[in-house]
Amino acid sequence: MFLRLVFESFRREKRRKALAGAAIVLGVAVATAMIAVATDIGDKINRELRGYGANLLVTPQQDTLDVEIGGVNLKPSGDGSYLNEADLPKIRGTFWHNNIVGFAPMLPVQVNVDVGRASRRTLVGTYFLKKLTLGKEDFLTGVRITHPWWHVAGAWPDDNSEDVLVGEHLARKAGLKPGEAIEIAGQPHRVAGILSASGPEDDQIVAPLGLAQQILGRKGAVRRLYVSALTKPEDALARRDPHILAENPELFERWYCSPYVQSIAYQLEEAIPHSHAEPIRQVAQNEGVILARIEGLMLWITAAALVASALAVSAAMATAIFERRREVGLMKALGARNALIAALFFAEATLLALLGGCLGFLGGAWLARQIGRSIFDAAITVDPVLLPVILFIAVIVTFAGSAVAIRHAVKFDPVYALRGEG
Amino acid sequence: MSSSSLAEISQRRAAKPHSGMFLRMLLRAAILGRGHAASAVLAMVVAAAVATSLLNLSVDIESKLHKEFRSYGANVVVVAREDAKLPEGSLDEVESALGSHGVAVPFAYAVAQTSSGQLVVVSGTDFDKVRELDSWWRVSVWPHGPGEVLVGEKAAAVVSPSGGPFDLSFQGRTRQFVPTGLLRTGGAEDSRIYLSLADLEAWTGVVPSSIEIAVSGSPAEVDRMVGTLVKALPDAEVRPVRQILEGEARVLGKTRATLIAAAALVIVTSALCVLSTLIGWVFDHRRDFAIMKALGASEWLITGFFAAESAALGVIGAMIGFGIGIGVAAWIGRVNFHAPVIPRFSVLPWVLGGSIAVALLAAGLPMSLLRRVQPAVILRGEE
Repeated sequence: MFLRLVFESFRREKRRKALAGAAIVLGVAVATAMIAVATDIGDKINRELRGYGANLLVTPQQDTLDVEIGGVNLKPSGDGSYLNEADLPKIRGTFWHNNIVGFAPMLPVQVNVDVGRASRRTLVGTYFLKKLTLGKEDFLTGVRITHPWWHVAGAWPDDNSEDVLVGEHLARKAGLKPGEAIEIAGQPHRVAGILSASGPEDDQIVAPLGLAQQILGRKGAVRRLYVSALTKPEDALARRDPHILAENPELFERWYCSPYVQSIAYQLEEAIPHSHAEPIRQVAQNEGVILARIEGLMLWITAAALVASALAVSAAMATAIFERRREVGLMKALGARNALIAALFFAEATLLALLGGCLGFLGGAWLARQIGRSIFDAAITVDPVLLPVILFIAVIVTFAGSAVAIRHAVKFDPVYALRGEG
Repeated sequence: MSSSSLAEISQRRAAKPHSGMFLRMLLRAAILGRGHAASAVLAMVVAAAVATSLLNLSVDIESKLHKEFRSYGANVVVVAREDAKLPEGSLDEVESALGSHGVAVPFAYAVAQTSSGQLVVVSGTDFDKVRELDSWWRVSVWPHGPGEVLVGEKAAAVVSPSGGPFDLSFQGRTRQFVPTGLLRTGGAEDSRIYLSLADLEAWTGVVPSSIEIAVSGSPAEVDRMVGTLVKALPDAEVRPVRQILEGEARVLGKTRATLIAAAALVIVTSALCVLSTLIGWVFDHRRDFAIMKALGASEWLITGFFAAESAALGVIGAMIGFGIGIGVAAWIGRVNFHAPVIPRFSVLPWVLGGSIAVALLAAGLPMSLLRRVQPAVILRGEE
C-alpha cells in the first residue's frame, strides 16, 4: 500500500513533482559545477601563472660571478663552468616531472656581428621547441613554453637549423627583416624572425643551442637552465632546510614529496650533476599569494552557491508539500497516523532527491566542462567519487526543506483541510 | 436582490477610483499576512544578499588583485638610449607623472674590481624604494648609513666570504665597504653589490641608467602612463615589461571570467528560489483573489494588487539583502584580501531591478492561471 501510494503520487502529480524535481536538478547541478570548479581552480590558475615564466634557475655549482648589466656581458666568454646538455632530459626522471611544464637552457656567447658596422653582441643559444627523449617518452620543451611573452615576427627557427632570431632593437638598427641574412662570427645566417621580448633579448641574437656551442667551441655546454614548474604555495614546512630535515626521515619524505619550489630545486640538483638550483623569488614567491587569494575567493563563492542551491531546493519542496495539505487532511480523516504520513512524504522526497541528484550531477559535470573549456581551454572533470557525496547532500537538503512543511501539514486539523479553509 | 441590481453595483464599484482602497488593502495584507510573506521576503533577502556580494566582489576583485600583482615588481622600465645617458632630472619627471599611482626606483650600474682582480657589478639605488618595489628580495639586514652595502649571495662568496669589510676599486679609486646585509633573489641580483645612489655617485661619478617603475592600476591605466612617460621623456626609452603585464592580464582575465560564470550560476539559482517561493505565496492567496473577483473587482485591479504586493516584497527583500550583501562582501574582502571591499552603490539598481522583475514574474505566472478559473470554484475549495 505504502509503495503504491508513493508510486501513484509520482504518476499522477507530474506537474508538482516536475517543479520540485527541476529545482533539485538545478540546485545539484550548480553545486556540483561549483565544487568541481573550486577544487580545480588552483591547478588551472597555477598553469596560467606559468605565463610569468620560469620559477627556477639552475646554474653550475662552481659558478663564476656574472658581470652583466642590462643583458650585456662584460666578461670575456669562455671561462667558467657549464652544465652538460646531455643531462637535461634527466629532469623528466625526477619525482615531480609531471609538474615541470618546460625548461629552456641558455648559453650566452659574445660574437662579432656585422650590422652595418662590426659590433660585439651577445648571442644566446637555447631551445625553441625541441623534442627530447627520455626512455620511451618524448616531450617538447624550450623558450616557447617557458617564455610565453616572447613574440616573433616571421617564424621561429628550427632547433636543428642554424637560423637565428634577432632582437627588435638590433634589427631596427641594422635594418634587418625576416628572411634576410646576418653575418655572425664571420658566417652568414638566415634571420628566421624578429624577436620582441621587451627585455635585454631585444638587443641580442637568439639562436639554436647547437650554434652557440659551435661558436663557443664547447660541445654540450649550457650556462643556465630556466625551469618552469607547477608548485605548491610555500608554507612553514617548505622553508625548512633539507639538510637539517634529513635527520627526520618522515618529515623529510613529506617535504620531498610535496611540490614546493624548494623541493623541486632539490630534486633538480639531484638529477643534474654539479648543479645548483635556486627558486627565482620574483616569480616563485608571488604566485603563492595570488593563488591563495583566488582559491580563497572561489571557496567563498562555492559556499554562496551551495547556500543558494540548498535554499532553492528546500523552497521548492516546501511549496510542493504545502500545496498538498488537503491530501494530508483526507489521509488523516481516513485514519492514517502522523508517522505514516511523514514517512510517505520523506520517501517521496528521497526518491525525488535521488533522481534529481543523479540528473543534476550529470548536468553539473557538463556545466563544469563547459566552464573549463570556455575559460581555461581545458576541461574540468568531475570526479565520479563525488556522486555519493552530492547525492547524500541532496537528500539531506531535500529532507531539511521538507521537514518544516511536513510538520505543518501533519499538525493541520483535517476538518479545516477538508473544508478548504487551509 | 435581483441580478440586474447586482450587476449595477459591481459596475459602479468597478468604475469608482480605487486608490484609497488599494493602499488600504496593501497595508492590511502586509500586516495580516505576515507569516506567509515572511518566508517569501526571506528568500528574497538571501537571493539579493548573494547577488549583491557577488556583484560587488566581481567589480572590486580587479583592483584588489591588481594590488597583489604589483608585488611582481616593475611593469615599466625607463632606460637610456644606446650610447647615451639618461637625461638629468628623468627621475623627477617620472615621479611627477606617476604621482601616487606607483613607485619608481633608479638604478645606476658600474663594474668594479675586487682586491683579487675579479670583476663585479655594483649598483646604486634607493633602498627604501627598492624595498617597496621588489618585495621578493630576501634581505638579512637593510643598510642605512653611508658605506653600508647589500651584497648578493653569489657576490658575497667572492668579495667577502668571511663577512668582513672589503675593498673595491673603480678606475683606480679604491673604497672600503661594510657588508651590512645579504641579498638573495635567485636572479641576476645575486651576483651584484648594492649601495646607495649617493655613495656610488661620490665614488664613481656614474649616474642612474635605468628607472624601474611599478605602475598601479588596470592595463589601460598602465598604457596611459606609458604614453605620458614617452611624452615626458623624449630622450629616453620607455619599455613596458611584457613578462609582467601579459602574465597579469592572463591570470586576471581567467579569474574574472570564472567569477562571473559562478556569479551568474548563483544568481540564477537564487532567482529561481525566489520565484518558486513567491509563486507558492500567490497561489496561497487564491481565496483573496476569488473574493475580490466575486465582489466585483476588475481583473486589472486584482492583478495590480498582487503585482504591487509582490513587488513590495521584492523591494523590501532587495533592500535588506543589499545591506547584508555589502556586509558579506566587505567581510570576504577582509578575510581573503586583508582589505575591505568598498561598497558599490552602483550595484543597487541592478539588484533592485532584478528583484522587482523576479517578483512581478512570480506574481504574473500564477495570475494568468487563476484568471481562467471561476471564483466560485476557488471559494468552494475545489481548486
